[in-house]
Amino acid sequence: MASNDPGWGGKKNDGPPDLDEIMRDLTRRLNALFGKGGPRSVGPSEPQTQNPIAMGLIVALIAVIWLGTGFYIVDQGKRGVVLRFGKHVETTMPGPRWHMPYPIESVDIVNLEQVRTIEIGYRSHGEGGPGRGRELKEALMLTDDENIIDLQFAVQFDLKNPEDFLFNNREPEEAVRGIAETAIREIVGKSRMDFVLYEGRTEVAAGTKKLMQDILDRYQSGIKIVSVTMQNAQPPEQVQAAFDDAVKAGQDLDRQKNEGQAYANDVIPKARGNAARLMEEANGYKQRVINEAQGNASRFTQVLAQYEKAPQVTRQRLYLEAQEQILSNTSKVVVDQKSGSGSMLYLPLDKLISSTPAAPAAAAPAVGLPPAAPANPEADSRSRDAFRSRDRESRP
Amino acid sequence: MKSLGAILIGLIVLLVLLSLSAFSVDQREFAIVFRLGEIISVEQSPGLHFKIPLVDNVRYFEKRIVTLDWVEPDRFITSEKKNVLVDSFVKWRIVDPAKYYVSVRGDEKQAEARLSQVVNDGLRAEFGKRTIHEVIAGERAKIMDILRDKADREARQMGIQVLDVRLKRVDLPQEVSDSVYQRMEAERKRVANDLRSQGAGAAEKIRADADKQREVILAEAFREAQRIKGEGDGKASEIYAEAYNRNPEFYAFYRSLEAYRNSFRSKADVLVLDPSSEFFKYLKDPGGRK
Repeated sequence: MASNDPGWGGKKNDGPPDLDEIMRDLTRRLNALFGKGGPRSVGPSEPQTQNPIAMGLIVALIAVIWLGTGFYIVDQGKRGVVLRFGKHVETTMPGPRWHMPYPIESVDIVNLEQVRTIEIGYRSHGEGGPGRGRELKEALMLTDDENIIDLQFAVQFDLKNPEDFLFNNREPEEAVRGIAETAIREIVGKSRMDFVLYEGRTEVAAGTKKLMQDILDRYQSGIKIVSVTMQNAQPPEQVQAAFDDAVKAGQDLDRQKNEGQAYANDVIPKARGNAARLMEEANGYKQRVINEAQGNASRFTQVLAQYEKAPQVTRQRLYLEAQEQILSNTSKVVVDQKSGSGSMLYLPLDKLISSTPAAPAAAAPAVGLPPAAPANPEADSRSRDAFRSRDRESRP
Repeated sequence: MKSLGAILIGLIVLLVLLSLSAFSVDQREFAIVFRLGEIISVEQSPGLHFKIPLVDNVRYFEKRIVTLDWVEPDRFITSEKKNVLVDSFVKWRIVDPAKYYVSVRGDEKQAEARLSQVVNDGLRAEFGKRTIHEVIAGERAKIMDILRDKADREARQMGIQVLDVRLKRVDLPQEVSDSVYQRMEAERKRVANDLRSQGAGAAEKIRADADKQREVILAEAFREAQRIKGEGDGKASEIYAEAYNRNPEFYAFYRSLEAYRNSFRSKADVLVLDPSSEFFKYLKDPGGRK
């Protein structure tokens, strides 16, 4: 069309080559007519006698006007279908054209490329203005599982064959609506509701398109379905709420799962952390216990080595040091029972204990012992450490 | 001058005669030529045709496919005694204009009335044999084929060819629709409840699984920790035993002293001592005698 006729991108009617073409067209047609030897080939343009020139001119003028009525223009995307006495003789491409004037030929100009749209289940230009008016009668249909759904779709079509379009069907464009309805109902009637509503929308549209084209081809309508587009596929209004709720329930399902997962994601890492803590503590404990054992053992073996060299003295020294330390740290009462000669000695122990803060100063001179040997405090503190740590060990 | 006028008059007469005797048949039409009411010819081919002026007359008939579409859907009863509303259309065209003219006097309304009767009868018969489900889904195409063949057979007697009978809408009447809606609603509710309890179940399962995992992780860690601690304790015991075994008697002495030291370390501990004890032997007597 436009592509193989580059001179006709616009609709300008000028340009000598095209006039030539028209003239050729004209003569060819006239020849064809005359060649057929029709009785109508009266040839009013050639007056036989010269004298009444005015008369001849008038006749010629009438003839020219008559012939001029045969001019017509085929716009881009359209086709002219030329009928001679009702019989189809030619289909003309876009451009200025000429056909033999009435009553010999007539032309029907068919718009081939204009895409027509019909709407099923709704009217985008309904009575309520530009808003979408719904046509429930068209929209509601039964599915395979005997549910009712509400479908709105649009069909777009153009023409693939102008002759078929003109000659084979009465009101072909009207018929497309009926065919769309029967096709979609056949397709939907074979599908399950969930399929139509959710995953199968495009398949339903594709199936409808194909079925419509098949039917239209069977009628040789010359119509080509360009597209079938689903505008809306939904459950009917009466059950919309229940459907929405079901969709919501599906989301609830996901939400609940996510919440559970969130809980798991919170609990398990914490447990892992706690486990790691337990392990580290255990390892630390192990290290500590072993080190302590080694320390204590080492200390003991060293003392033992010295003891074995001089057992008597060492034993005595250790004993005395211990006594010294104990007695220097505690409150003490020395009672000579043998010289007491049977007299009852009363010791107010509770008072002794409660008055301890003052005791060391009073008690120490009473015993008359020198302060502890220099090595002792160290030993003491060390052994105390050892025992404290023993204490700790006994804790879990 | 005169001859020119004569020629012109002759031409006009010729034209008038031609216009009376010639007629064109459109691509979209049939023409029947009647001579005094009797059909003498049927013009199937488009183009220019001739007749005898004033004696013959011509009637034209539609050659294209015509749609017969009911305005109001009809009610039919299926085999399970349910009503359905059916809306259908028929595609037909005239194939034998003479027969068509004879049987329906060329009246399209009459032809359609008869055709719709035939199709309705067919629909009634076919629907009565089938369930709603079959009508809607499974055998829709089959029903349409059967109806077409049946209608076509009948229509041929009228000179008509039936190209197609198509079911447009097969709907349930309002009262049945309502029960369908109720069923759909109940079904969706079931689905929703199902989903919700599934969700609760799944969430609970995930939680329980998490709790279980936590317990397992902690228990395993505890087991491992105890094992490690035991290892440490064992090792320590070994070290102690190894050291102390060299001189158990000295160990008892040494350890006892330490124990005493640790037992009596506070001023709150009151010792009541007998000066005759070994410790005080030099306190009483520098010679150390008792």
